[in-house]
Amino acid sequence: MIFATVGTQLPFDRLIKTLDNWYKNQSVSKCFAQIGPQGEVPQNIPYAPTLTPLQFAKHIAECKVIVSHAGMGTILTALRYRKPIIIMPRLALHGEHRNDHQLATVANLEGRTGIHVAQNEAALVDKLRHFNSLKASKCVSNCAEPKLLSAISDFMKTNEKELNYA
Amino acid sequence: MKQQEKKTKVLAVASGGGHWIQMLRLRPAFADCNVSYVTVNEGSKVDVPNSEFYTVKDGNRDTKLSLILMAFRILYIVLRVRPQVVISTGAAPGYFACRFGKLVGAKSLFIDSVANAEEMSLSAKLATSHANRVFSQWPSVAKSSGVEFHGSVL
Repeated sequence: MIFATVGTQLPFDRLIKTLDNWYKNQSVSKCFAQIGPQGEVPQNIPYAPTLTPLQFAKHIAECKVIVSHAGMGTILTALRYRKPIIIMPRLALHGEHRNDHQLATVANLEGRTGIHVAQNEAALVDKLRHFNSLKASKCVSNCAEPKLLSAISDFMKTNEKELNYA
Repeated sequence: MKQQEKKTKVLAVASGGGHWIQMLRLRPAFADCNVSYVTVNEGSKVDVPNSEFYTVKDGNRDTKLSLILMAFRILYIVLRVRPQVVISTGAAPGYFACRFGKLVGAKSLFIDSVANAEEMSLSAKLATSHANRVFSQWPSVAKSSGVEFHGSVL
């Protein structure tokens, strides 16, 4: 199954529409889309505006590949459950987000095993054609880097003086 | 027998989606603490079933009224929990928590989302005036913004 998700805050019609049109013309696999509040309804794919955490977890567990906006929540979930993920960045110019930080996200994550970047609709269709052979991350990742965890522990233990940056 | 040392009271604040998932990935650092979590979705309680849990209504720079309501709600939670440490992975609720944490003498750490790979978020920029420490999860952003880098949640 292909599981598409756009996060809880905003719709991402460009992503869902591309998936919907691609799916119409092939008969390989099941598909489910979480389209966000006020998202344009797909014609060929079962969908829901939002999912409970339990429903979301079920779709993640059952899917073969995740198709998503470049939101860190979904990306981290894909790494944790070792599912290949195709990400397409939201663009402010289409009103898809408040700014273009997702462009920076994809630029910095491209090339990591398990993360497959589609810059636009055409690239997304290209990735979808090969979805069965997309690789997942090499190992399960479910917590932050040890370096960050120890920096936080140190922060909690030490006496902080005045503000450092103001 | 020596009395057991009192656990550090931590208020862990994150808005929804990726912010919350990043917070969950920091949990090993809270192992010996008494943590109260604050986020925006009621359903996130299932992720931290054994901890104190609060929700605030979501808001951002485009929804001014919900920001004001959020600020009051965070203030209430801070006064009620009286944390010694505030830790946030963004965004707006975390900024307010760092700011109000000072009222109860809490020290605060704001960790900007790993999503901000080229520029710090607005809430992180604002937090630099109120949090004791601010981390970016990207070395280049930390450098250009004058904050710290100590690795990432990835």
